[in-house]
Amino acid sequence: MTKRFRPDVDAPEWKGGHSPYDILKEGAIALLVVAILTIGLAIVFGSPDEPAISLKTWSTATPVDFAQDALSQLNATSETATYGPPYNNVSTGQQLGPLQLAKWVGVTMQINTAKVFVIDPLKSQPAQPALKGALAQWSSASSSTRASWVANYTKSATKMKWVAGAIVVNATNAGPVPEFITYLTDMARTGALDAVLTQQSAFYTTNYTLPLLFLEDGTYLSNQATHEHLAGDQWGMMNETGNYPGQAWLWLYTFWYQVPPFNSSGNADILVWGLMMLLTLLLALVPFIPGLRTIPRKVKIYRLIWKEHYQNLD
Amino acid sequence: MSNEMDRQWTTRLRHRVLKVLPPEKVMPDTQPTYVSSWIYVFGVTTVAALIVVIASGCLLALRGPLWWHTSSIGLFVNSLHLWSVEIFFFAMVIHLWGKYFMAAWRGGRALTWITGVVTFVVSIATAFTGYLSQTNFDAQWISTQAKDGINATGGGAYFNVLNTGQMLMWHIVLLPIAIIALVGLHVLLVRIKGVVPPFEEPAKVAVES
Amino acid sequence: MSLLRIGALLPLNTLGHYIHWHWIDISVANFIVICLMVVTFIVALFAPFPGRRRRKENK
Repeated sequence: MTKRFRPDVDAPEWKGGHSPYDILKEGAIALLVVAILTIGLAIVFGSPDEPAISLKTWSTATPVDFAQDALSQLNATSETATYGPPYNNVSTGQQLGPLQLAKWVGVTMQINTAKVFVIDPLKSQPAQPALKGALAQWSSASSSTRASWVANYTKSATKMKWVAGAIVVNATNAGPVPEFITYLTDMARTGALDAVLTQQSAFYTTNYTLPLLFLEDGTYLSNQATHEHLAGDQWGMMNETGNYPGQAWLWLYTFWYQVPPFNSSGNADILVWGLMMLLTLLLALVPFIPGLRTIPRKVKIYRLIWKEHYQNLD
Repeated sequence: MSNEMDRQWTTRLRHRVLKVLPPEKVMPDTQPTYVSSWIYVFGVTTVAALIVVIASGCLLALRGPLWWHTSSIGLFVNSLHLWSVEIFFFAMVIHLWGKYFMAAWRGGRALTWITGVVTFVVSIATAFTGYLSQTNFDAQWISTQAKDGINATGGGAYFNVLNTGQMLMWHIVLLPIAIIALVGLHVLLVRIKGVVPPFEEPAKVAVES
Repeated sequence: MSLLRIGALLPLNTLGHYIHWHWIDISVANFIVICLMVVTFIVALFAPFPGRRRRKENK
């Protein structure tokens, strides 16, 4: 009994001839060609290496931006402070319809931004009378007093200036907050904040979560990225610094971020992830999808690939 | 004794492997005459590029992840790694296009196609962790942006793209093992099933035995 | 050794050039890579493959 032959699923049995084929030689030639091409491209074009931005670099170049970021950590308005899981429960994170994946997995890297980015680094510094007094004033105050100090400073900080090597904010009833912001900025400009946030009082480290989150909450990093055409709304995911080719294979992933509804959605990331997972699944399952698996036979590009075979048949 | 040997795991596995993959299939010296197009070279070119990627990666490993920032030889080796990756994806995508238009999944070759797609996706993940391991501005930007996508799925709670050490180890240990296993399986499947024959014209009625 | 000094005869470290066309915004480098891929695919489809006589003999 013969089954129906499905031309997009089944393959005819090859009853034709075979010709000599040296698989090892083919592999060796391919390796040689690729190696030569790689060496040639490396010699001609090299590769990019834009140096990393440290907290020291950032706070030296734009001390006001750094100080504003430090304040946003203290008053818990920064992106990290309001992020949600995995850093905190201030928000629920993104959702895809009824799926709140980030919330369900939960907080695994608890970050209290005021403590981690401001108070603890300041406490780690050798005691200086003014800073010691400021920290003592802070720790003996109630949480409502602290909140009031921070709010008063924040109100005045819109007119923050950098004058003669110091942060200047004309705030009243701000308690020790002006000292905190001034000292933290000085700490950053010496490189001490890089060390404290990276090492976290350990010796060895390979985890840069804290300094990277702090850095990203400011505008310096993103301004550099926009300058290099790497921002999300610049198709940046595909791009490399300078004139180097980037990741062209991410074209479809980054495309969605440029168009509605993704480009204005607060859930853009999970929406795009969900869509790309679905499309990837479709690609993997092409052999089982009628229509998609029929296109090759209809489009007939195969006649070019097997033209010699079809000519011999004719 | 012979019955006892036949029941051994080693003997049974050997028989099974030789049945599915006899030596002349693993290391063939002929191929069907319809394999007569330059489209067929992109699979082996992808594998060749992968070998150069791994070799240049091993050279980078010799002196550690910061070497290329301060050494001109290190920078050159990094360039080898970057360009071999570009060639790897270049060849892989053309290979994908060719295989799609050949409908290469026909005749029981669906698993070959699927392993190919999975390898593509794992390769993207490997390249991604590589970019995260650069310890430069690009790595800072990519990690702080990518974290939002991965955090949104819940994966960021355990796969922390801001943890450079973790990302480096995924890049040089876990993901290369996955790629090598997947590419190995993919190539073995091609050897077991053979290269897909051309579409018949006109279309055939009876199925192959 | 001088070839390795910068690792580049034509370093591409200057600010990237981009092509803007409606909502498409692509780097010249990526555009070249994609064009090369398409051209390579088309050439591979059409270019004659060596060994034709040998295959005819083994038909």
